Amino acid sequence: MLPIVQSVPIDYFVYLCTALFAIGVFGVLIRRNAIVVLMCVELMLNAVNLLLAAFSTYLSDAQGQIMVFFIMVVAAAEAAVGLGILVMIYRNTKSTDISLLDNLKW
Amino acid sequence: MQTLIPLIPFLPLIGFAVNGLFGGRMPKSVSGWIGSGSVLLSFLLSVMAFMEVSATHAPIRSEVYPFMSVGSLHIGFGFLVDALSAWMMLIVTGIGFLIHVYSMGYMHDDDGFSRFFAYLNLFIFSMLLLVMGDNFLMLFFGWEGVGLCSYLLIGFWYTNRDYNLAANKAFIMNRIGDLGLLLGMFLIFHTFGSLQYETVFKHLAENPVETGVITSICLLLFIGAIGKSAQIPLYTWLPDAMAGPTPVSALIHAATMVTAGIYLVARCNGLFSLSHEALQVVAVVGMATSVLAALIGLRQNDIKKVLAYSTVSQLGLMFVALGMGAYASAMFHVTTHAFFKALLFLGAGSVIHAMGGEQDIRNMGGLRKHLPVTFWVFLAGTLAISGVPVLSGFFSKDEILAHTFDHGGPIWWALASFSSLLTAVYMGRLLFLTFYGSFRGTHEQAHHLHESPATMTIPLIILAILSIAGGLLNLPHFMHLEPSQWLAHWLAGSDANGQAVVPMTEVHILPSTEWMLMGVASVVAIVALAYTYMVYTKPQNVPAPDEQLSGWGKILAGKFYVDELYDTLFVRPTEAFSKTLHYYVDVWAIDGVVEGVGKGFQTLGATFRRLQNGNIEYYLIGMVAGGIGLLLTYFL
Amino acid sequence: MTLTIFLVLGVISLVTALMMVLARNPVHSVLYLILTFFVIAALYILLNAQFLAVVHLIVYAGAIMVLFLFVLMLLNLNKDTEPQKSAAWLWSAAATAGMLLVVLTGALRGGIQLAAGNPPNPQVGLVENLGKVLFTDFVVPFEIAGILFLAAMVGAVLVGKRDLNL
Repeated sequence: MLPIVQSVPIDYFVYLCTALFAIGVFGVLIRRNAIVVLMCVELMLNAVNLLLAAFSTYLSDAQGQIMVFFIMVVAAAEAAVGLGILVMIYRNTKSTDISLLDNLKW
Repeated sequence: MQTLIPLIPFLPLIGFAVNGLFGGRMPKSVSGWIGSGSVLLSFLLSVMAFMEVSATHAPIRSEVYPFMSVGSLHIGFGFLVDALSAWMMLIVTGIGFLIHVYSMGYMHDDDGFSRFFAYLNLFIFSMLLLVMGDNFLMLFFGWEGVGLCSYLLIGFWYTNRDYNLAANKAFIMNRIGDLGLLLGMFLIFHTFGSLQYETVFKHLAENPVETGVITSICLLLFIGAIGKSAQIPLYTWLPDAMAGPTPVSALIHAATMVTAGIYLVARCNGLFSLSHEALQVVAVVGMATSVLAALIGLRQNDIKKVLAYSTVSQLGLMFVALGMGAYASAMFHVTTHAFFKALLFLGAGSVIHAMGGEQDIRNMGGLRKHLPVTFWVFLAGTLAISGVPVLSGFFSKDEILAHTFDHGGPIWWALASFSSLLTAVYMGRLLFLTFYGSFRGTHEQAHHLHESPATMTIPLIILAILSIAGGLLNLPHFMHLEPSQWLAHWLAGSDANGQAVVPMTEVHILPSTEWMLMGVASVVAIVALAYTYMVYTKPQNVPAPDEQLSGWGKILAGKFYVDELYDTLFVRPTEAFSKTLHYYVDVWAIDGVVEGVGKGFQTLGATFRRLQNGNIEYYLIGMVAGGIGLLLTYFL
Repeated sequence: MTLTIFLVLGVISLVTALMMVLARNPVHSVLYLILTFFVIAALYILLNAQFLAVVHLIVYAGAIMVLFLFVLMLLNLNKDTEPQKSAAWLWSAAATAGMLLVVLTGALRGGIQLAAGNPPNPQVGLVENLGKVLFTDFVVPFEIAGILFLAAMVGAVLVGKRDLNL
């Protein structure tokens, strides 16, 4: 058995990842710069990745890590397209402030 | 004959349908003859039915249609022609026919000619249902039907708002009485288990019923009669009903509809005879009405209003007769009253027709030179109603007076005689002011004066003959003339149970007393007429214009202000209550709720609309909060 | 020993993540995030997920973060261009995030019982094993991921075009 599995109970990983996720949420809610918001989303995804990998190791199941693999794929694609959209918004509004995007209202 | 019985009411109904649907397209004479002809046919059939009942001494029954069968309540649409209903049928169709013929002349220039005849036929139909029905529900159908026709005919010239109000008043006051009649019918069904006359009266004869119940039934039925026959307190509609055309006043408010109440009590004499209290009430109400209406009639100046109050007063006298248990005498007076009151009304119509619509007697005078036929028939009617000897009114009124003396005592007799005295006075006043003295109208009216056409004068003459000779129907015993008490014997014919339909009631006073009473009444009548002749043929005694009245004259002319009293006691509070209800229930509560629902949704929408403000950070917090909510519901 | 390392790495990751969120200058945020990624990679190695650690570093720290920096440079956002948020907003966001944390940890309290399924295998995480599983059980999602990348590439190029007359 791996040393980590012996010495660190899985609960610690859960707490760590949940905290990272919460910080990510906090960042999404608090920051106005679109780029920073996207980065916080990446952080959230990473927290999930870590937890999945941890469970995969502790349960000796490869499926968790495969899942992480695919999440990374999606995160990469999403970052690329998201940044492309951001650039286009910047071209239209000359700013990356998300509070300027308020036309979808009654 | 039995199969022909339903034709009697249905022929006028067909006349109503034809005139109502096609009347506008027919020439007036055709429309008039269809209306009159149907009533004539009904009259001939009624005569045939009368002969058959007379021959077989048994009622004719005819069941047309089983109408309603609910639980233990079985009501059929059926007719019962016995002594009482046969006699009423003759009166209704006979006088109805004469008035139809008269109307052909009177309403000749009116645009609504065919509508008038349609309504008249509908009235005859309803009245025949009322008198021919074999159960209380048929009576009620007819009762309501004549009320409806009364409304339609009073408001015949519907463009005039006052006439419409008068029609409303008649209908509404009738309805108040009808409530009593309905409650009485419910009680009858509850007590006897059936609404058929024969079943009820048979049950009554065999099983004793508690007196309290009988009294209640009688009083409730009498309330219905009060409404229909214009007694105190529900009489004020009848004078206002003079807004309708004169033939209507003659037919409905003199000869037939208003006698429906008398018919009801006479039909239920079996019930009333068992309740002394109910008879007392009937007599008291009748007497009070008779005197009050006669007093008011003394100072009225419209021809038709005088006759209207006279009708109310005479009806009161009939109820006094019923209250004394003299049912046959009341029916006799119904008959003679139908003759001379219809005559008087039609004569007044002739006068109004000649005067071009004028109805105020202060503007008439000396008409006997210009309208000789009208004058003579009107004189006949006046003498009849005043109780001048040998004419019909003398015999019928005298019989009632004799009964009051016998059953009620001297005081009742004195009051009834006082009412008769007043009758002679106001009728004399009317006659002399209208036909004697010098003409007080305008020049154009003087030019316009002409006698009425034959279609109007012939019915008048026929009715005059009946008014003069009608006394032969029921000559009193003590005069030892034949045939004596023919009508009373006829009405005492047997019904299905072998009992008298309207039992004879004997007067137990000495013949000498009877002769004396008769003499007193005659003298009183003649003296009153002579007095009015002397007073009212002098020009200075013509009644003053309304503004110059004072004292008793003002009160009597103002009808004792009863209408104003009713207005304050009933009409205004009801209107105020209606306004209050409208404001609180309709506007405040119901509209409030309905609009409130709408406004509530609007407010709800406005509130929720603020959630979508385009603010991204707001949406994000919402998302996270929602997610937390989901988690909580999942884990808790 | 392993526990200590884990704890230290955990604390560092939390701190850097927090610094990333709170930094004024966006470039600083990017740099802090790169640090966080490095720490997470270390944690991966601690878990013996070797392949994942390397891929993580290459993809995230090497590609995605570089992309972010590119965009930052392109839009010339070195300076602090963000207006201040109101205190109420700060507190409500903190409260929401805090609630999320509380709910999740509270839900998962009471001890997590790991199901005894597979025999303990410390070799999970090595390239061979992962490769075997990926290319046998998960080959269809793998191919679909390829198509996804293709779509994302085309989309990104299209979205980024200045002139829309293709």
